Amino acid sequence: MNDGTMTVKEIFESMEYGPAPESAAEAYAWLVDQGDRFGHFIGGDFTAPGEGFQARNPASGEVLATLTQATAQDVDDAVVAARKAQLRWEGLGGPGRARYLYALARLVQKNARLFAVLETLDNGKPIRESRDIDIPLVHRHFYNHAGLAQLMDAERPTMRAHGVCGQVIPWNFPLLMLAWKVAPALAAGNTVVLKPAEWTSLTALLFADMCKQAGLPDGVLNIVTGDGAVGEMVVGHTDIDKVAFTGSTAVGRRIRELTAGQGKALTLELGGKSPYIVFDDADLDSAIEGLVDAIWFNGGQVCCAGSRLLVQEGISEDFHARLRERMGKLRVGNPLDKCIDVGAMVDPVQVARVREMLDRSEAGERFSPAVEMPEEGAYFPPTLITGLAPSDGLMQDEIFGPVLVSTTFRTPDEAVTLANNTRYGLAASVWSENLSLALGVAPRLEAGVIWVNGANMFDAAAPFGGVRESGFGREGGWAGLDAYLRPAAKPKRLNPVAGFTGSGAVEGMDRTPKHYIGGKQARPDGGYSRVVYGKSGTPLGQVPVANRKDVRNAVEAARAAAGWARTNGHGRAQILYYMAENLSARSDDFARLLNAMTGRRGGAAEVEASVDRLFTWAAWADKFAGEAVNVPIRGMALALREPVGVIGAFCPDEAPLLGLVSVLGAAMAMGNRAVLVASEPFPMAAMEFVQVLETSDVPAGVANVLVGPVADLAPHMAGHADIEAVWSFASANLSEVIERESAANLKRTWGTNGHARDWYDPTDCRAFLEAATEVKTVWVPYGE
Amino acid sequence: MTTRTDTAPLHLPIAAEPRNEGVPLDLDRVAGVRANTSAIERRASTLSGRRSVKNDYQAAWLCRAISCIDLTTLAGDDTVGRVARLCAKARQPVREDLLHALGMSGLTVGAVCVYHDMIAPAKAALEGSGIPVAAVSTGFPAGLSPFHLRVAEIEASVAEGADEIDIVISRRHVLNGDWQALYEEMRSFRAACGAAHVKAILATGELGSLRNVARASLVCMMAGADFIKTSTGKESVNATLPVTLVMLRAIRSYHAATGFRVGYKPAGGISKAKDALVYLAMIKEELGDRWLRPDLFRFGASSLLGDIERQLEHHVTGRYSAGWRHGVG
Repeated sequence: MNDGTMTVKEIFESMEYGPAPESAAEAYAWLVDQGDRFGHFIGGDFTAPGEGFQARNPASGEVLATLTQATAQDVDDAVVAARKAQLRWEGLGGPGRARYLYALARLVQKNARLFAVLETLDNGKPIRESRDIDIPLVHRHFYNHAGLAQLMDAERPTMRAHGVCGQVIPWNFPLLMLAWKVAPALAAGNTVVLKPAEWTSLTALLFADMCKQAGLPDGVLNIVTGDGAVGEMVVGHTDIDKVAFTGSTAVGRRIRELTAGQGKALTLELGGKSPYIVFDDADLDSAIEGLVDAIWFNGGQVCCAGSRLLVQEGISEDFHARLRERMGKLRVGNPLDKCIDVGAMVDPVQVARVREMLDRSEAGERFSPAVEMPEEGAYFPPTLITGLAPSDGLMQDEIFGPVLVSTTFRTPDEAVTLANNTRYGLAASVWSENLSLALGVAPRLEAGVIWVNGANMFDAAAPFGGVRESGFGREGGWAGLDAYLRPAAKPKRLNPVAGFTGSGAVEGMDRTPKHYIGGKQARPDGGYSRVVYGKSGTPLGQVPVANRKDVRNAVEAARAAAGWARTNGHGRAQILYYMAENLSARSDDFARLLNAMTGRRGGAAEVEASVDRLFTWAAWADKFAGEAVNVPIRGMALALREPVGVIGAFCPDEAPLLGLVSVLGAAMAMGNRAVLVASEPFPMAAMEFVQVLETSDVPAGVANVLVGPVADLAPHMAGHADIEAVWSFASANLSEVIERESAANLKRTWGTNGHARDWYDPTDCRAFLEAATEVKTVWVPYGE
Repeated sequence: MTTRTDTAPLHLPIAAEPRNEGVPLDLDRVAGVRANTSAIERRASTLSGRRSVKNDYQAAWLCRAISCIDLTTLAGDDTVGRVARLCAKARQPVREDLLHALGMSGLTVGAVCVYHDMIAPAKAALEGSGIPVAAVSTGFPAGLSPFHLRVAEIEASVAEGADEIDIVISRRHVLNGDWQALYEEMRSFRAACGAAHVKAILATGELGSLRNVARASLVCMMAGADFIKTSTGKESVNATLPVTLVMLRAIRSYHAATGFRVGYKPAGGISKAKDALVYLAMIKEELGDRWLRPDLFRFGASSLLGDIERQLEHHVTGRYSAGWRHGVG
């Protein structure tokens, strides 16, 4: 009955757990049924297996199956199949698609154990996790998205699917990441070409098998297997409309560069170094238990792992001592054993990478408990490194293994400073029994997901995603679905607009051409200015010529105006209304200027629309705060809309005043600071608008206006590490350069991609509100 | 009748462990207690998925559970005959052929738990078995009789030969935050117990919050409780895993601060073998193996044994069992 070495009586004395293996027989049987060799899943069928690579069990090194490395032709076939299926799939309507998503949810549920065991075999994560967390979240995701599909025709009537999505997913949650990608894409009416990670493709292939059983129309979901080269082929394919990627920041950056200017929608869910903050009034035992779920869940191979422990100084010794004791209870070993906490890492390569990373540094005190470790297989011991400083590499770099690093703080302010001292911004945990403290800290943390007194909580209804170099876009909830939708109206082409030339002297009193930076008029750094001419060739005035240093100065001013983000919506509305008032008072001047500058007669209408637009943004200022989302815990989860931060924007040329006001108003209303670059051909309205800003109590640095050559400024703006988002509405198509340069800090970008916008459409608000905010999901479990 | 097992001496804590002498009441520590209910519930609800014992290990663990049972009868219609029957079951909790097959002959339960008037019959029935007799006391279950009578009841039970006294605390002291009163009450009870070991029943189902459970646990330990126990079995909510987690953590923290090991007894509501395994796993995880002995852990249960017997027969024979195949207690 046991391994034969101990009698019942002996166990009665020793009270050891003993082996509790989950049977893998069914999973092996499925692999054998498939011939242990897999091709791709294209157009509703598996292709013949080709040249490829082996899927191995990292716990043992055993070969599970042989997979096929996709060729460019395979990828092309998959994209063609997806394209062919797309219109009909979308044409089924939300309720039609909901039936299929429901069927997939049910099939995952009915085959839950098979999926769980196969996942554990392929990935090395404990069966407890695949069985109790991964797979239940997968069917929850499909159920929830069956619901989103059912409701979207009514709830998103002006939107439609992007078309064909190229999706590349990681190896740490193979099937769950498939669900997070595939469910919203299909719900929205897209078709998909998915590339699973080459280390962990098996559950995706089992899922393909389920798609056949569900009768999913051919080509709606296509799966191609292979390494990063295949991923590049998928995301770079010219007939892909939308790219979604989860994985490392390095690869995410590469994808951003690769797709720059291709007009593809993009969402990236990347790495993290998430802080886990423990205040001295926390339930320390629960906080320690939470850490087990934060950093030793899936062996720390979790993008949102609470890998950076920040503990209040006064309790740190006690806390670390208790933590070390708790670590001694972790059971490391065969992931198929039901009594194991930490399984194998996904591949020996990862073990070597983590080991090397730790070997490179000597900082801090290291501790690994004296727990039994398997002699073979890809295992790494649970490790705690205390006494680190934020300047140590191990505090900054993502380790992606069962390694927790730790430092201390003294005050809540210092906790926030240390927590935000990172390139990343995916998640954060805050532990305190003082709700005022915890809920006060949560909004100050730069992260997409905050867990109050918890860690690693996920749900299909709760948006998940990061800020900073953790990427952009959300998965889960309506926000996640929106990432797979675009406006239904066909966009018009945006043609480049040129300014006028002319000659002669400027009439009237000489006015010094200056930028508006930090609430003051500032001379251009380069010391250059130029004359702007009207249609008839008469000079209208002089404007400064901005260079990269002016951008730098403006960004510094904007960064310093951080208080704006903390003002309330009512207060921001007051200022926007005041701007409207002051603009209205000068409407004749502006109308004349617009007419002179553009040679058109719409000036008065544009000023009137601009006043109205400021009213609109003032109206929105206190009405787009987010929502409570329904998650299966006792507690609440809030999907808050927070300001993006500092937004750099190239203003449109078609409506030099209205466009500027639309962009600035949206940014300001949501609590952002803006660095605006005026329309290059028609900059005078922006120059004049500075006087409105100066008279409207706009705090210094909230709105900054530069005039200069947009093509020269775009790379500096997009490459600036202290800007969170760049919007481009200039008629010169800057999308490619902005998207490419933005890869440096993975800032959010929003550009024309050569498409025009109807600036006079008073209902065009939603896209601005979404671009001006980022969803922060705050989980607050409660109850006593 | 079987002979004493070699584990029998462990039933009496004093043999192996210095007894908890108590410490002065430390109100700062009491005030500093935190218990995050949601996090505690998460830990409690996921534990059964994180720990699993199978086959021989499961059989051994179930035998361990039996060795920690306070086989209990606390009914108004208890008689000498009824108690004798229960004591016979305490000596032979599982059919001898099954115990023999498991190599566990001589296994007994941890103690027999009765009302005061049944102490003498129980002592007589357990003579020579080494199985201690526990008596519930202090106006069990409500604990609202006159204080001097509650103390006198303890003294009478000790005089009658009870080895262990299960007292009930005044819930009102907890609900009103009167820790000084709770401390003094517990100290008086402890003093009245003399050499008999005292289990403090907190009646956790009536304390209102897990934080109160943690604070009451701590105060009772400071006042010298040998065991802390969840419930009388008469409250509407009795032993639960979240309550257990809170009490185990309190015991761990008290041990870390004082070096004294205090025992734990969940009572009421544990009726399945599977549940018993989860409790044992939680104790192993939170307190360590030392606590998996009857001198530091007891199940207060009456129907749990029946389910364990069926599971053990299944383990031995490979066939699912039936209740009537096992002797009733």
